[in-house]
Amino acid sequence: MILSNWGNYPRIETNFESPRSIHSLTQLVAEKASLIGRGLGRCYGDSALNDENVVSLLHLDKMLSFDADAGVLVAEAGVSLGEIAEAFVPRGWFVSVTPGTRFVTLGGAIASDVHGKNHHISGTFGQHVIWFDLLTAQNGVVRCSPQENEDLFRATCGGQGLTGLIIRAAIKLVRIPSAWIKQRGFKARNLTEIMEAFERYNTDHFSVAWIDCLKQGESLGRSYYMGGDFAKVEDLPLKNLLKPYTVPSPHNLSVPFDLPSCTLNTVTVRAFNALYYGKAPRGESEGLVSYHSFFYPLDAIHNWNRIYGKKGFTQYQFVIPKEAAFEGLSAILKRITASGLGSFLAVLKLFGKQAKSSGHFSFPLGGYTLALDFPISEKLFPLLNELDHMVLDYGGRHYLSKDARLSSEVFRRGYGKNVDEFLEIKSCWDKDNIFSSLQAKRLKLVP
Amino acid sequence: MPTLLVLGASSDMGRATALIFAKNGWNIQLAGRNIENMQAMGTDISLRTGSTVSRHLFDALTPENHSDFWNGLPEVPDALLCTVGLLGEQRRAESDFEHADMILQTNFTGLLTILGLAATTFETRKSGTIIGISSVAGDRGRASNYVYGSAKAGLSTFLSGLRNRLTRSGVHVVTVKPGFVHTAMTEGLNLPPLLTAESEDVGNSIFRAVQKKKNVVYVKSRWLLIMTVIKLLPEFIFKKTNL
Repeated sequence: MILSNWGNYPRIETNFESPRSIHSLTQLVAEKASLIGRGLGRCYGDSALNDENVVSLLHLDKMLSFDADAGVLVAEAGVSLGEIAEAFVPRGWFVSVTPGTRFVTLGGAIASDVHGKNHHISGTFGQHVIWFDLLTAQNGVVRCSPQENEDLFRATCGGQGLTGLIIRAAIKLVRIPSAWIKQRGFKARNLTEIMEAFERYNTDHFSVAWIDCLKQGESLGRSYYMGGDFAKVEDLPLKNLLKPYTVPSPHNLSVPFDLPSCTLNTVTVRAFNALYYGKAPRGESEGLVSYHSFFYPLDAIHNWNRIYGKKGFTQYQFVIPKEAAFEGLSAILKRITASGLGSFLAVLKLFGKQAKSSGHFSFPLGGYTLALDFPISEKLFPLLNELDHMVLDYGGRHYLSKDARLSSEVFRRGYGKNVDEFLEIKSCWDKDNIFSSLQAKRLKLVP
Repeated sequence: MPTLLVLGASSDMGRATALIFAKNGWNIQLAGRNIENMQAMGTDISLRTGSTVSRHLFDALTPENHSDFWNGLPEVPDALLCTVGLLGEQRRAESDFEHADMILQTNFTGLLTILGLAATTFETRKSGTIIGISSVAGDRGRASNYVYGSAKAGLSTFLSGLRNRLTRSGVHVVTVKPGFVHTAMTEGLNLPPLLTAESEDVGNSIFRAVQKKKNVVYVKSRWLLIMTVIKLLPEFIFKKTNL
């Protein structure tokens, strides 16, 4: 069948398998020469694509146990974070880390070692994984944790599915006082102001900023900061007081078909940004929003990726260490503005320091990350190649789960000796490189 | 809290429907052949919803045990959902009559005892809902699946009669005709996207149908239109079609 991930780029023809049991999963691993696991396909590029076989884990979709004293949930890899929230928010629990969509599976969250708006406090998803069971190429199902097979555990957290198929995992949930977020907003006129805001509000449990990439000169880096934490019961209005864990169900709009590729151009993006920024209250503001609209604003529009048309889009996400961030971000934003290629969605966040034990290809490091969406066009690739080198020169690196076009040289420079360590572990557990993706081939992680 | 009994609980539609009822505050009795499967499914449903889930062995092909099964339930359910079914292979059923008989038993005759027992209990109690998953295939016999289709036609007619009998006792009967659904039964088939539902859609339709006391439900309304046209075609035209 024809398959693509969230960016609809690239689109490939492949054999798609959707086994219903661990037994048939094991058979597939034994039979196929090359395959990659896949969950909900929310990585943007080609991490979960293999032109021979793609194996869906979505039928492994059962929750297995919950220890309410320890807050530990055991579930199969195909269960999504949205399903976990739906089941446990009403009982006062939430996932420790969530990315910007709830349509991501447990297995996918581990394989991408996703981060969220609380990275500066809670780190990545992998840091809240107690253990997982990995179906390996040579050794069957292997239990991995920070104490047991810890090298395989590290390689798999953020390992893009290249060490095996995650079949079930135990994760730590956190207690929440309500399903509402007490949100702080701050309108920053430029890059200096938004970076100051991230520092000033660094005790906000969650933080992120939307940034206008088309502004130049004094307004370069014009942004809107959104921070917050779960609201305490006493902060809720009277009508929600008795049911603190009940929020309105999320809206469900949908983009029914691919819009023409020209829908998003500099003019429309500029207009959107002006409206978005204009409507936000000046200076600092406060509000109360449901956890859905705080964490998953885009999930409200199903298939929003279709606004980029048939050609698809790519998300360019990188991180630059804090010391070099101001200079680096200024230079990169200037370069993007000069190119005239408008980025519709651009998101800025200050990461905390990355834990030493985190995965080899786990993306975050202490500094600023910027994520930009670009519709696919001929002019785009030369620009991104140029940006790649700017990012590296400022000591940064790129997020593999968003990537569809990075060169192996850029990737190697970004991740350094982690690449060699990863490959050594992979060769122990998967010497024939059964677990392989288009991305892995491009990055020369497999022959 | 009301209780739903699901016959054929291991099916995708059975699981999806049980989950939707559980989310709406129902307790669940799962009944089927694969106790291990139901164990995992029951744990999953109660983890997700906090509902109480029990599991019971049930095989449509051994109707002689159905009375014991029915009387052995921890409580008489408020509603019974029957998702038991077997698509079978039409070509094989044309010459392998054991296979044809198996299709008939699984989809129709094997269910008469349990549906009859439930009907009588509900009738005496003067409340309850019986939901049967039938099929658009039972609306008119077609070369591609008439063995399965005739079994489902039998079931549809049985349910229709049951509804007629029980309505005066306040017992409601729902006939569900899902059309194409992505399930284990249809895996590998190339199904037309506009006519194909997900198991969750079936579950939601069933829940709505029970609340609103609907009689016959097509999960995708397009199917009602299509089947109306197909039913209206004169036989001398219909027999030449290849649907």
